[in-house]
Amino acid sequence: MDLYTIILYFFAVVTLGSACIVVFSRNIVRAAFALLFAFFGVAGIYIFLLADFIAITQLLIYVGGIMVLMLFSVMLTSHQINVDAKTGTIQTLPAILIAACVGGGVIWVFWITDWKEKSDLPVIDTTAAKIGELLLTNYLLPFEIASVVLLVALVGAAMIARREKKG
Amino acid sequence: MEEVVKFLQHPGLTHYLILSGLLFSLGLFAVLTRRNAIMVLMGVELILNAANINFVAFSRYVSTSIDGHVVAIFVIILAAAEAAIMLAIVLNIYQNFNTVNVDDINQLKD
Repeated sequence: MDLYTIILYFFAVVTLGSACIVVFSRNIVRAAFALLFAFFGVAGIYIFLLADFIAITQLLIYVGGIMVLMLFSVMLTSHQINVDAKTGTIQTLPAILIAACVGGGVIWVFWITDWKEKSDLPVIDTTAAKIGELLLTNYLLPFEIASVVLLVALVGAAMIARREKKG
Repeated sequence: MEEVVKFLQHPGLTHYLILSGLLFSLGLFAVLTRRNAIMVLMGVELILNAANINFVAFSRYVSTSIDGHVVAIFVIILAAAEAAIMLAIVLNIYQNFNTVNVDDINQLKD
């Protein structure tokens, strides 16, 4: 087993272990910080798939942006005086059954399908330039729609979160 | 037994797919069981990440074009927009109901 494989398994274990903490921890602040490490692990997996731009985007947007939003909402919505950061679970047994069935089914299909993997993998140099070309040629319309969606989401979020003035 | 060791020693497409399947079921479990709205959204983020791993893995091992990366970027964009809207809605709900428990929020207006 060479170093490449060992590091790949390290990232996979970090991702899955942190995700387990997110799912099973009763302390919501601990769950939020575990989610941070899960995102880091996924970024490492992207690097192993030679997706450098996606990995950096993952770090910038998920770790830098979404995690900050999550922590903001955790801290703004837990009770200030009596820190009630605990959060319970409901319907644990049926949820375990459903999640195990869905996950098991998905993994079984992944396992039995012949995926026609390419035997000689091409050496990808950097992906950012190619992604930029595709965004401005084949994916131009989704790109523009995404920018409009982001603008609308920002304006809408500011509008919803604004405190209503009485009278 | 030897086959299992051989499988573990040569990472390929299936390894990434199994990883994403496990991540997906963990996220689904969080969405189903958690009562706190923020925890439900953390589960949604896990599910989105699992889907993204699949896109990038197929783009590497099967199609060898870069299209999967572009789709992954759109998923990340929508996740960011969703997180911003989530923060706004959760804050508003907390001001009105004084809780973020999704079971207690059962009114559209007072």
